[in-house]
Amino acid sequence: MDKQLELVDLRKAYTPQIIPVKDVSLTVKQGEFLTLLGPSGCGKSTILRMIAGLEQPTSGKILIDGRDVSRLGPGDRNIAMVFQSYALYPHMTVRENIASGLKLRKTPPGEIQQRIHEVADFLGLHELMNRKPGQLSGGQRQRVAVARTLVRRPDVFLLDEPLSNLDALLREHVRAELKQLFQSQNAPVVYVTHDQTEAMTLSTKVALLNNGFLQQLDTPEGIYGNPANQFVAGFIGSPQMNFLRVLCDGKSAIVGNSLIPLPHGVTAPTEVVLGIRPEHVHLANSENEPTIHGQVFLVENLGMHNLVSIQVDSVQEPMKLRALMGMGERVSSGSSVKLGFSIESIHWFDATTGDRLSGAPAKAGVAKARYELSDLPSP
Amino acid sequence: MTTVSPEDIDRDALKRSGDSIVKRLILPISAALTVIFCLAPILWQLLTSFKVDADIAAIPNVYIPSRYTLDHYRALFERRPFFNYILNSAIVSIASTILALGLGAPAAYALARLKLQGERILLATILLVTLFPPILLFLGLLEVIRYLQLGNNYLALIIPYTAINLPLTILVMRSFFQQLPKDLEDAARVDGYNTGRMLLEIVLPITIPALVTTGILTFISAWNEFIFALTFITREDMKTVPVAGAQLGGASPFEVPYGPIAAATVLGTIPLVLLVLFFQRRIVQGLTAGAVKG
Repeated sequence: MDKQLELVDLRKAYTPQIIPVKDVSLTVKQGEFLTLLGPSGCGKSTILRMIAGLEQPTSGKILIDGRDVSRLGPGDRNIAMVFQSYALYPHMTVRENIASGLKLRKTPPGEIQQRIHEVADFLGLHELMNRKPGQLSGGQRQRVAVARTLVRRPDVFLLDEPLSNLDALLREHVRAELKQLFQSQNAPVVYVTHDQTEAMTLSTKVALLNNGFLQQLDTPEGIYGNPANQFVAGFIGSPQMNFLRVLCDGKSAIVGNSLIPLPHGVTAPTEVVLGIRPEHVHLANSENEPTIHGQVFLVENLGMHNLVSIQVDSVQEPMKLRALMGMGERVSSGSSVKLGFSIESIHWFDATTGDRLSGAPAKAGVAKARYELSDLPSP
Repeated sequence: MTTVSPEDIDRDALKRSGDSIVKRLILPISAALTVIFCLAPILWQLLTSFKVDADIAAIPNVYIPSRYTLDHYRALFERRPFFNYILNSAIVSIASTILALGLGAPAAYALARLKLQGERILLATILLVTLFPPILLFLGLLEVIRYLQLGNNYLALIIPYTAINLPLTILVMRSFFQQLPKDLEDAARVDGYNTGRMLLEIVLPITIPALVTTGILTFISAWNEFIFALTFITREDMKTVPVAGAQLGGASPFEVPYGPIAAATVLGTIPLVLLVLFFQRRIVQGLTAGAVKG
């Protein structure tokens, strides 16, 4: 049978005012790697803890393989979890740590031995088996924590920011390891992080949360290329997307001294937000693209690129724009530039609701996106 | 003014050599003085317990005696049931330590982990009890013990000792449990431990250093307690070491038996010294628990 995790209208309320999770519904199928992504306090960890059974949902259901587990204890759900602090039992050896969950489930000793052997092979833990967690490095502890979940062969894997305690170099290495490792597992994986790079590289699906609401549930490509609202657009991508608040006359928007046509079929309000990623802005080289004139006032060298900040020439209120430019494109502070970008790379958002404006219906998989004005990243 | 003169350099060198004088001489000397200051009474008792009576009474003081004797120790065991006293002290101290840990640790765990209503008031009350001088309690307690007919019963000591040490146990253990990562218990529950097994197999083993530390403090305070032991126990064969030591009498009312008293003091201290030495590593672990990020 296919393994599957389903959340139905999951809600957690501590008090009527403090509601960290607001009616989240989503499904993770066999072989899928779902990342719950969002800023601190968005409710992602609470969702994970509810799936684990460490917190009780106020309302809503959690289904594993169609079975309602909402009222079961964590030990009866057949889930396995990697904690941010790894939470290895300090008084037990690595072997005992890995075996503890199996022993409690009365797995025959022969099978325990065999499974531990397999996992140790898989993760290269053989030399560490008789050590205590105190004698291990951070990366080794992390591997043991992962081994403890793999050996259980659970219905769902849960990972709570497992890379945040590693230093930057090791994190990149372990991230790649984790990706390969969980690709070979069948069970659904739910991964919590606030790091968009981890979310983009690891997942098959990303659920972006803010203020307890699910903002968008989509593939990493969908989240990046087709953000459901201004919050998603601003959260994903680094450097952050440029947002220009511009007036429009129904068919086109007025940006600086240029007119940019709106997508077909959009009934535009009088004011819209134009979103354009810095990596999609370049020096104008073709006549067919919209262009913007401006003055460079800051150039930041990022090694691979220059991050160029530009003051847009405008008759309205002053606007700033940031562009990622190749090292070959020589621009200097104070110079005057003409910038271009393709129509396809522009994202349009409603200035009041923050929702995406688009002629075509929103892509499948875009969940009930809800939005609060206070969440808008400042343009 | 701004140029560096040879004198300035010399002053620097002097200052540096001054540093090394502090390190090489003053530091060890002050350390030695501190140790002597703390240990002098105990060393004096130890010396007295091995001196012959003539040397003890001699004026001027004999600091380095030429004759040594074990008579005082022998007297303790031959003329008095001193082994009994040690046994009494041991029974009372061990029982009240186990009770204080057995009651205090679960209470501390509950205070650390559960969101109880009125938790602050509860903690304030517990703290208040530690501030209350036991000497003010003992007349009232005497009445209670007479009413319950617990006089000359080990329970008359075990119960008050446990009660007096319980607040300290709870406060120390609570702060230990608070720094114990909650993830560990969550991981155990995800692994399938129920609450009881989780407490026994995961929490308890990690807690042992803290239990040993607080246990030793409780044990020492019970072992050395005097007023309650003097008042509530009158039967000779049930007395504890401090009371028995204080009540040692000489052959005549005019003789103060310095030698046997010193011997009793030494014998009464040895179990504590052994205890602390034996658990030393655990104590250090317990005192520094949480100092390093686990």
